Amino acid sequence: MGTGTDTLTATAREAVASACAQVRDGGDGDEVDGVRPGLVARPADTDQVAEVLRAAAAHGLTVVPRGRGTKLSWGTAPRSADVLLDVSGLDRVLEHAAGDLIVATQAGARLADVQQVVGEGGQWLALDETVPGASIGGTLAANTSGPRRVATGTARDLLIGVTVVRADGVVAKAGGKVVKNVAGYDLGKLVIGSAGTLAVVVDATFRLHPVAPARRWVTVAVDDAARAGALSQDVVHAQVVPSAVEVDWTPAGDGSVSVLLEGREDGVVARADAVRRLLGDAATVGTDAPAAGATYPWDLTATGDLRATALKLTFVLSGLTDVLAAAGAAGASVRGSAGAGVAYAALPSDRPAEEVAAAVDRLRAACASHGGTAVVVDAPAAVKAAVDVWGPVPALDLMRRVKDQFDPDHRLSPGRYVGGI
Amino acid sequence: MTTQATGAATGTATRTGIDAVAARARELLPAAGVITDRAQLRTYECDGLAHYRVTPALVVVPEDAAQLAAIVRTCAEHGVPFVARGSGTGLSGGALPHAEGVLVVTSRMRAITDVRRADQRAVVEPGVINLDVTRAATPHGYYYAPDPSSQQICSIGGNVAENSGGAHCLKYGFTTNHVLGADFVTPQGDTVALGGAAPDSPGYDLLGAVVGSEGTLGVVTSTTVRLVRLPEEVRTILVGFETTDQAGAATSAIISAGIVPAAIEMMDALAIEAAEAAVHCNYPDGAGAVLVIELDGAAVEVEQEYAEVARLCEENGSFEQRLATDPAERALIWKGRKSAFAAVGRISPDYIVQDGVIPRTALPEVLKAIADLSRESGVRVANVFHAGDGNLHPLVLFDDAVEGAGDAAEKVSGAILDLCIEHGGSITGEHGVGMDKAKYMPRMYTDDDLDTMQLVRCAFDPQNISNPGKVFPTPRLCGEVPGRKKAAHPLQQAGLAEVF
Repeated sequence: MGTGTDTLTATAREAVASACAQVRDGGDGDEVDGVRPGLVARPADTDQVAEVLRAAAAHGLTVVPRGRGTKLSWGTAPRSADVLLDVSGLDRVLEHAAGDLIVATQAGARLADVQQVVGEGGQWLALDETVPGASIGGTLAANTSGPRRVATGTARDLLIGVTVVRADGVVAKAGGKVVKNVAGYDLGKLVIGSAGTLAVVVDATFRLHPVAPARRWVTVAVDDAARAGALSQDVVHAQVVPSAVEVDWTPAGDGSVSVLLEGREDGVVARADAVRRLLGDAATVGTDAPAAGATYPWDLTATGDLRATALKLTFVLSGLTDVLAAAGAAGASVRGSAGAGVAYAALPSDRPAEEVAAAVDRLRAACASHGGTAVVVDAPAAVKAAVDVWGPVPALDLMRRVKDQFDPDHRLSPGRYVGGI
Repeated sequence: MTTQATGAATGTATRTGIDAVAARARELLPAAGVITDRAQLRTYECDGLAHYRVTPALVVVPEDAAQLAAIVRTCAEHGVPFVARGSGTGLSGGALPHAEGVLVVTSRMRAITDVRRADQRAVVEPGVINLDVTRAATPHGYYYAPDPSSQQICSIGGNVAENSGGAHCLKYGFTTNHVLGADFVTPQGDTVALGGAAPDSPGYDLLGAVVGSEGTLGVVTSTTVRLVRLPEEVRTILVGFETTDQAGAATSAIISAGIVPAAIEMMDALAIEAAEAAVHCNYPDGAGAVLVIELDGAAVEVEQEYAEVARLCEENGSFEQRLATDPAERALIWKGRKSAFAAVGRISPDYIVQDGVIPRTALPEVLKAIADLSRESGVRVANVFHAGDGNLHPLVLFDDAVEGAGDAAEKVSGAILDLCIEHGGSITGEHGVGMDKAKYMPRMYTDDDLDTMQLVRCAFDPQNISNPGKVFPTPRLCGEVPGRKKAAHPLQQAGLAEVF
């Protein structure tokens, strides 16, 4: 186990300790994908986040930000983690302007807490909670989304303002609190999915959507990948305005297609009926989500070598059949959004790393032939060592230049991201 | 009107550089695609914001991405600034040429190379007219949702550069939400793929940074856009109110009821007068404000929402409601709205189209403040705007032949932006910062915010040759240490650039 604490001298420890109210030594349970941090700093506010980063910069320390720690093993392990910057103390929902359909929240607030606050006004932040307990910051850093991205998009479509602290401790904001705003560069886009490598998000402002008064799920069992592909095409091209078109698939080559309709009761009933006709007589209509819900097809509680190899597959809509067929051949379970071209796959933890690597290659080829990619989201250490976690990434040189500008010393989450960024 | 010095780091751009780019362009392009004649160059001296004029040193009109990339590469080799331009309909001077630079016009790159119904995607070149994407998609049952008022003439490349949206953004999102991938030429002349046809490409979302960057990060040569399924039912309603307050209250009531219309547009009495004079759209007599409300979606729900919208408008004081019953009536309602900017020319010799944004709930207060400003200054202001998302387009009217009128109008126009900032809004919702509003950026953002944005520009364009002088008032030189610059900019000290 690496500790990466060579640079953590007594003076450096002292500097971090004086920057932030709560600082302690890294211990069991603080590991970032196997790397134990030297210190854990838990700032109480934006100023303290900035102070910690300034102290880290002054003493050449590496810093890995953490929200609620629900996805810390995702990506690649950091090369070094002198300081784990725990932003869970920044947990306030700052403003819910119901009339303007916006919410401003600190990064450490849980997505569920934000939903609770805005839900009281009949609204929701249109991001499914795919990882229970996740913070807003972590949700942005990992760019998670679920079934309802078909209707409302992802964080990319919802984030309208962001405040970040740079690696040098400078606090900066971009965007604001209005939905329509083209003044300046959209820095929010750059931090979404950046795995904590560009800057530390301290607060974020999102557009909200009204909660639909009625919903129906229409589900049909399918035992043929081509049939699943054809049905999902029928639904997306129909005028039924689905909120989600989900597929759940086993390595045996069977599973289900489920469609979510949301809106007013009469309309939802009519549209659910139209979808039922498209999916066939065997389709069922109900108000409950499929048992799998919005979660991924792997066990999120598993740790270490017991983790499944978790993948994110993307493809154009017409590629679903081939992707499901490839997943079956690779022995992967799949769950995800047939209506958006994003699905998640899991390969069992007991398979040898070389075999998993071959399966990843197979899935990567299938996704690439349909305009997409296959990224290893999480995996046991042996698998991460045996595969190219991120796969080929275009424009990598430009990404490196962006990283070099924001974090010239590669202080933030070094090695966690594409191309070793 | 003079413009600020835009040489920045490329103050060394010389005639030699321009000649080298022209020579390279002549090797690559037919003669008509390389313009050096002074009179012809002058036809490109401004975009839709005509009060800034700069004659470019050279205009090139490439026919494909490879030619465009080669020209940009030659510019980079010689430190020559370049500005990309589509149809030139921008309203903030974003495509204003550089006096010592090359204007790269994309109007011949006008192919819709692919419409893939199965994937709900189209691949288009930057010179493609916005409305033509919808025309190509409609036979497949699809359309392209972002629709600026100038959609019959503006280009997709310009829409991408400015992140310009239009009336349907409220429900369907902005250009940035509909652009998934792009072939992109960096300011070094390298071609890279950003994003892709599938969602969520791994790595930094560089495309997200490029959309709306106003041509300061490079040039897009092809984009993959999302197509949206044509709705089963569309209802367009024209509603007359006596006052803008009533129309604003009706808008809030609709949104509060959980209804997200495809569009809610408002025009006040002066804007209505202008539209009537220009296109005879037959809006309700005596209206102090009209709303154009469009509902779309599944038929059953549109029917229900229509009933509720009609009731909410009535409760908030509407005196007339007209439902368009056929496409011709629908088109006429929209014609009044979409022609409003140009129509203002019928009632005023000169005008400034302002573009600010406020939180929607601040509408009544801000409209009242604009009316006060107008009364106190004697400058007439017509209001046309996207009421649903708080994007105001006050048209500030003046007669340039009257001494001081232009300055008074500028002052009112600026004061309106201050109102927007004061209410937590933005200085631009869709027209961009361009040359026109660079001076307002420090009112909305701190030095640290602007410096941080500059990190992106330095990553993409360390030579500062891609549309220099736009968006940011005093760009930090790449290589300067961020966040510690408190003295005057070196260019400013040298007398080469002006601080607004």
